[in-house]
Amino acid sequence: MDNMTAAVKMRNITKRFGPVIANDKVWLDIYKGEILALLGENGSGKTTLMNMLSGIYYPDEGEILIRDTPVSIRSPKDAFALGIGMIHQHFKLVDVLTATENIVLGLKEEGRLNLDAAAEKIKAICDAYGFELDPKQKIYNMTVSQKQTVEIVKVLYRGADILILDEPTAVLTPQETDKLFTVLRNMRDDGKAIVIITHKMHEVEALSDRVAVLRHGHFVGDMLTKETNAQEMTNMMVGHPVVLNIERPEPVDPKPRIEVKNLTVRSIDGVLKLEDVSFTACSGEILGIAGISGSGQKELLEAIAGLQVVESGSISYIEDDGTREELLGKDPLAIAGMGVALSFVPEDRLGMGLVGSMDLADNMMLRSFRRGKGLFTDRKSPRALAEKIVSDLSVSTPSVSTPVRRLSGGNVQKVLVGREISSAPSVLLTAYAVRGLDINSSYTIYELINQQKAAGVAVIYVGEDLDVLLELCDKILVLCGGKVSGVIPGRGATKRKVGMMMTRLGGGEEDE
Amino acid sequence: MFDVVSFIPRAVMQSIPLLFGSIGETLTEKSGNLNLGIPGVMYVGGICGVIGAFFYEQSCGGAANMNGFLALAIPLLCCLLGSLVMGLIYCFLTVTLRANQNVTGLAMTTFGVGFGNFFGGSLIKISGLDVPSIALSATSGFFSRHLAIADRLGWFGKIFLSYGFLAYLAILIAFVSAYILRRTRVGLQLRAVGENPATADAAGINITRYKYLATCLGCMIAGLGGLYYVMDYACGIWSNDAFGDRGWLAIALVIFTIWRPNVSVWASILFGGLYILYLYIPTGSAGLAMKELYKMLPYLVTIIVLIISSMRNKRENQPPAGLGLAYFREDR
Repeated sequence: MDNMTAAVKMRNITKRFGPVIANDKVWLDIYKGEILALLGENGSGKTTLMNMLSGIYYPDEGEILIRDTPVSIRSPKDAFALGIGMIHQHFKLVDVLTATENIVLGLKEEGRLNLDAAAEKIKAICDAYGFELDPKQKIYNMTVSQKQTVEIVKVLYRGADILILDEPTAVLTPQETDKLFTVLRNMRDDGKAIVIITHKMHEVEALSDRVAVLRHGHFVGDMLTKETNAQEMTNMMVGHPVVLNIERPEPVDPKPRIEVKNLTVRSIDGVLKLEDVSFTACSGEILGIAGISGSGQKELLEAIAGLQVVESGSISYIEDDGTREELLGKDPLAIAGMGVALSFVPEDRLGMGLVGSMDLADNMMLRSFRRGKGLFTDRKSPRALAEKIVSDLSVSTPSVSTPVRRLSGGNVQKVLVGREISSAPSVLLTAYAVRGLDINSSYTIYELINQQKAAGVAVIYVGEDLDVLLELCDKILVLCGGKVSGVIPGRGATKRKVGMMMTRLGGGEEDE
Repeated sequence: MFDVVSFIPRAVMQSIPLLFGSIGETLTEKSGNLNLGIPGVMYVGGICGVIGAFFYEQSCGGAANMNGFLALAIPLLCCLLGSLVMGLIYCFLTVTLRANQNVTGLAMTTFGVGFGNFFGGSLIKISGLDVPSIALSATSGFFSRHLAIADRLGWFGKIFLSYGFLAYLAILIAFVSAYILRRTRVGLQLRAVGENPATADAAGINITRYKYLATCLGCMIAGLGGLYYVMDYACGIWSNDAFGDRGWLAIALVIFTIWRPNVSVWASILFGGLYILYLYIPTGSAGLAMKELYKMLPYLVTIIVLIISSMRNKRENQPPAGLGLAYFREDR
């Protein structure tokens, strides 16, 4: 890599937020024609560092050189002028406008607004790098991956040759991720400098040329991806050796707990979301649910929790002594009272489960406020619970009185999962429990789920990372377009097999 | 027999204040400001024009001595200035100080109506007349002057050419603002500000400037509606509270037209027609009660349109997503 020229040199960059030092004397080089993976745990200062390149923050100390010229980046406009574009985790797009309108927004081009000419230019960019995008499509009609494409094209349209992507794959399906990677490689080959911030080790290994690691705001080191491995990178991130194996204890005395029979669900528009789904979830077992996103996972969990209108079928809750109770037709409160906990983590973390403007303790109360005696609510025990979760799951927050929306995504998730587990459920439903979490926190969550399993809870785990599903789950139910493609034991299942079942009912003829 | 030729001009004249108000409010709302102060702004626009015209007429001593240009320019300027000040107050409170828009708007309406009635009452005192109104017939003559050719063209002239210049100005402003909103860079950026200020901010658009400009311009346009009402529609006669609830109707029109000023041209004429329809129905023994029911029509139609547009639930037909929300960059 000697012949590479540095697009960006960051020298001695320090950024403080009050007493907190987010970045401490960081040195970082970004080269042209290279994909750099920036690694670090939640709160290690990766996003802060990149925000200083994109003009959102201004460094307190240090120097930034772009193409060997010292620069001062005071606003996103300055960053654009220098050819730096950042794609944030939360897309900045106007819903009712088309892709083209969003892309030209804020640009001061010569002459009258000519959307057709802009659309032509967008088409050219798409063709050059292999994007698929309809310039006339409105944003609200787009999938997450299409919106991301708009964001990337927006940055390219402004002539950026240094691209920063903050957790670009967090919301994408495996197929969409592959497509994105192809595009990113095309851009690298075109000589652009690309930085991706990610937590997924296999993506780092598959995509990046070099990795740089931050820990607690310090630059720990960088190395070529092909000369390192996941274990070494993780150890550097965390600062001490981490065991990267997920335990899978044998289920103890599994008994059927939830029995779903012939469940059919339609969305409000009449689209079939689940069709004739039947399965049994046992106590002391983790039932994994795999499938391309939107295959009916959300509807399935919500149906069990009583949040979804069901067309036909039955969902029975079976107690240890064998008595059955029908869950359908019960309201969510009654179902939750029976010990079915839903820690559903949707695409929008604060959308369900937590109230962003309320603090940690109050969010704990959302589950327990009915328990207080008399007129007044009990405030002490939720506060104690919040404190326990903060210390047990090492949530990084100034205090339990901080509004949840001020926390970083990973910490929000820990709070939500922690609260659901604390209600001592007999059935735990989780979806995308580790989305956006760094590797260390993810393993904390896996361990929590395993503890629940050992305590005899029936866990239903909807996941997107096949590697994890294969390592963690006792059984894997594969959904394909709302139908059950098959249920296979987690031990001995292969990624290929599950992948086939996700895209084709029953996985085709490819049986062992 | 229903007299269409006399009905339509009256409906149009009734509609022009609504049209001015609704264009102003549409522009304002496109920037994400829900200005419920529009009725007050229209009041202030009207009374400021009246004040200017009153003193100019007094200083001249008679219609014969009045300069046609000044007779138009002075009330116009006073009206625009008055409404601009209202817009600035609203913006300062809601954009700079981030006060609640609904509360501010309602306060502005109360203030505007009070302001109008106070100065209206004062002028009546000064003029020393017995009737509780001021007549500015000379100024009104200049405002409502129309092409001489209109009288010779029969029904065509009556329906299309019989109005004062402010009426045509309103229609022109409606189409121009519709074009600006849909087709120009400024319009695109204004819409982005109203929909998603954080995104617009990240794209380098000055949110505060757009909000101030759109709201103040909107207020000035709405203020013209008040002026038109006094000078043309009411033939220069100001009496307190005569303007009525037209300001609220203008806001209803914004919803009715789904935030499109060009549609507002037709919709305001429809509203104007519904507003005076009760004058054209045969009055029998139950006529008085029926009249009151007919007066409900504009509001009823608005509610029906709201229901239909909510049911169709098309994203484009919804209010700007950032409507009514103050924007603060460091908020998460």
